[in-house]
Amino acid sequence: MRRRETTPSELLERQLHDIEARDEQVGAFLRLTPKPARVQAAEADARYARGEPLGPLDGIPLAVKDVLCVDGVETTAGSKILAGFHPPYDATAIARLRAAGSVFVGMTNCDEFAMGSSTENSGYFPTRNPWGLDRVPGGSSGGSAAAVAAGMAVLALGTDTGGSIRQPAALCGVVGMKPTYGRVSRYGLIAFASSLDQIGPFTRSVTDAAQVLQAISGRDPRDATSGDRPVDMLSQLEAGVEGLRVGVAREYTEVEGIEAGVRARVDEALLKLESAGAELVPVRLPHTDYGLAAYYIVAPAEASSNLARFDGIKYGASDPTAGTLLETYLRTRRHGFGPEVRRRIMLGTYALSSGYYDAYYLKAQKVRTLVARDFAEAFKDCDVIVSATSPTVAFEIGAKTSDPLAMYLCDVLTLGGNLAGLPGISLPCGEAEGLPVGLQVLAPQWREDVALRVARAYEVAGGIMSRVAPS
Amino acid sequence: MISDGWEAVIGMEVHVQLSTRSKMFCSCAADYLGAAPNSNVCPVCMGMPGVLPVANRVAVEKVLKTALALNCSIPEKSKFDRKNYFYPDLPKGYQISQYDLPLSRDGWLDTGGARVRITRAHLEEDTGSLKHAGDALHTAQESLVDLNRSGVPLMEIVSEPDIRSAEEARDYALALRQLLRYVGASEADMEKGQLRVEPNISVRRRGDDKLGVKTELKNLNSFRALYRGVEFEIRRQVEVLSGGGEVAQETRGWSEPEQRTFSQRSKEYAQDYRYFPEPDLPPIIIDPGWLDGLRDELPELPGPRRLRLLREHGLSEQDARELTAEKATADYFEAVVAAGAEAKPAANWVIQEAPAARPEHLAAVIRLVAAGSINRDQAREVLGAAASTGADPDQIVRDRGLAQISDEAELGAIVDRVLLENPGAVADYRAGKQQAIQALVGKVIGASQRRANAQVARRLLEERLGT
Repeated sequence: MRRRETTPSELLERQLHDIEARDEQVGAFLRLTPKPARVQAAEADARYARGEPLGPLDGIPLAVKDVLCVDGVETTAGSKILAGFHPPYDATAIARLRAAGSVFVGMTNCDEFAMGSSTENSGYFPTRNPWGLDRVPGGSSGGSAAAVAAGMAVLALGTDTGGSIRQPAALCGVVGMKPTYGRVSRYGLIAFASSLDQIGPFTRSVTDAAQVLQAISGRDPRDATSGDRPVDMLSQLEAGVEGLRVGVAREYTEVEGIEAGVRARVDEALLKLESAGAELVPVRLPHTDYGLAAYYIVAPAEASSNLARFDGIKYGASDPTAGTLLETYLRTRRHGFGPEVRRRIMLGTYALSSGYYDAYYLKAQKVRTLVARDFAEAFKDCDVIVSATSPTVAFEIGAKTSDPLAMYLCDVLTLGGNLAGLPGISLPCGEAEGLPVGLQVLAPQWREDVALRVARAYEVAGGIMSRVAPS
Repeated sequence: MISDGWEAVIGMEVHVQLSTRSKMFCSCAADYLGAAPNSNVCPVCMGMPGVLPVANRVAVEKVLKTALALNCSIPEKSKFDRKNYFYPDLPKGYQISQYDLPLSRDGWLDTGGARVRITRAHLEEDTGSLKHAGDALHTAQESLVDLNRSGVPLMEIVSEPDIRSAEEARDYALALRQLLRYVGASEADMEKGQLRVEPNISVRRRGDDKLGVKTELKNLNSFRALYRGVEFEIRRQVEVLSGGGEVAQETRGWSEPEQRTFSQRSKEYAQDYRYFPEPDLPPIIIDPGWLDGLRDELPELPGPRRLRLLREHGLSEQDARELTAEKATADYFEAVVAAGAEAKPAANWVIQEAPAARPEHLAAVIRLVAAGSINRDQAREVLGAAASTGADPDQIVRDRGLAQISDEAELGAIVDRVLLENPGAVADYRAGKQQAIQALVGKVIGASQRRANAQVARRLLEERLGT
């Protein structure tokens, strides 16, 4: 666009055309926003024509996970209970991208309130994996991952509470990054679990991910948990891995249920990093198994409270047949929420109940501290920890819907990063059974630069770039 | 007041709206009174999806200052928690409050007679309010939600059950209001709902150390209602127990028109609020430097100030109490004394007249009265003029020719004229009607355009009439 070979408007029209051609099959978007997108693109056209683009993201189409509020655009968190809700405000990440010239093409599908690992829990319809339409795209940000994988968006935003960016990125063969807790403001992110949620990018290259992250990161006075730290995602990107220590944890490489193909691709990736100059060091993460249990206490507990506001009184769905206040609550929530959301609200309510609080919530918080300590210990011996992102490649639609526990196990390699607040990136590292395999790089808090640097070095050394899934 | 052999045990829960500019967790105005319904709101205090609270530092400081004034201990670390329950006036489905690490604990407040121990003072947010369409709640067809009040900073002060009577309960609330106004935490106006006092009342046989079943009393919109409500409730409970009945644990409302309490809500099944730490707000770290700064900002508190006024100015207990009732009054009084007035007349003027004049002007007027230059009526006139024009009292006295006539020669001429013009009154007086002299003094004052020194005039009249 700088060379005037194309314009933001042309790029947008091509993107909308691609969406029209492919999304009927994939189902990545819940709704498109061509009208405001065309206005944004036209403004970007004018800036390029003047030779004054705002920066590298100016005029680039971006898809938004349906949990991030976009001013005036229906935002529903993939839930029927928020059908028709048009927030009168932008999430801070959206406002920052708007200021950087991003063109918002539409809202992408996700598991309802980001609760799930397959996007099958969407209140609207499931999304299919562009690499195999009988497969799930992962979740909860499956729509964003699938949109980027199918070439229906250059960039997308997702959210990651237990792996909801990294796992779908892995299953769809794209780059996805969850930043340090506090790195990106959560203002305007419809909360699932407030102490775990983070916003991050889906892209087809590590460099693009760094660019998006650079734009959305940094202290926000509207989020008291956002950190006041310098933001530099770019300057170390090409520094390579010479002399870096890459930690390999047995608890992750030998995790229960890991597929042979996935393990083989990850082993090859580790060797490539070693030949690029990294030193592989064994580390231990002994509380990994307990982390999964703790996560499924803490996240539902916070969710049970966060979702209390959807009560049929102020906005969104409300059951008009209810005769009393209690009926309004019960009917609105029974019909508005899907089964997985109701399950987690019940789990969380139970975990916080008087008499059970100490045994569940408090115990889970203690485990969380132990998990964070595991990582702190491990990072004394290494700069990053590399593993598979997901123990499996994309599974078939419907394979795990009747077994919530099997579904919960999808997050076993990712949720530790959320419990400890670490940055983590997933990037493609080849295929198994013809489906993408993802490589996860975890770094210490606030060290996105190191994770990105290792990911970029692998991208160069491995020669495996994310590519658009053939239609 | 209370039947022999029974003792009331009362603890107080008080909610105080803090006088901050903005709400607790957003930038909407904290002053919502008079605003059209749902006009003083934003996505944060309406509980919209995705928005986040940011704590109001000034509100935290007002609680800490109050806590210092209540002799509380303040921890190094405090935090917010979520109190979860469903109600239409609670837009998030939880109230941000404080559970196990409040901003302060374990203090005390000296009221008129008793010392009441303070359990804790913590910070939370107010709810919205409901308007029920119809004449009465149980017949209302619709309820409307107004979120203007939602998110207003609220301090909750809980006392130990150290109060034994309606009078002590009222004294506690009065002392608390005084303290809150001194530290600038709140206007604490009960009628405006800025000070909501909820006594927890039980009675027991005197000498018993087991507590009786308590009721919580709400809807007390004035100190009078507080007194009467507590008094009623004590009597009601004693009657129930004396008659062999049992007091039900419940929340009771005070009905002002009926002057009685009525059952509002059973507390038999304790609601489970599922408290847990608010993940959207980092803990509050209270470093000693911050606290020292707040301590330095505290004014002299009413108790110590009253004692100092007694000591320094030899005032009566009653005067010292009235002068320190409001900080502004005490400040004014001390400024008048500092400007050179005698303490006792200054106290009288401040308490009885509550003048609007500048303190140095009141001091000047008090000096003029003491010197006999003007009388009390004139003093009021001068103060009024000083307040409205800003002119100096001495100047006003000169300009208006107000100086009192005390000069015997000048006054004597007027007296002589009055005696000549009023032979009837003179005859009455000489015939033994003592009170006739009063009429003559009045005539002298009238003939002098009200400038005559009444005492001097009376003496001159008496001299001339030969008594």
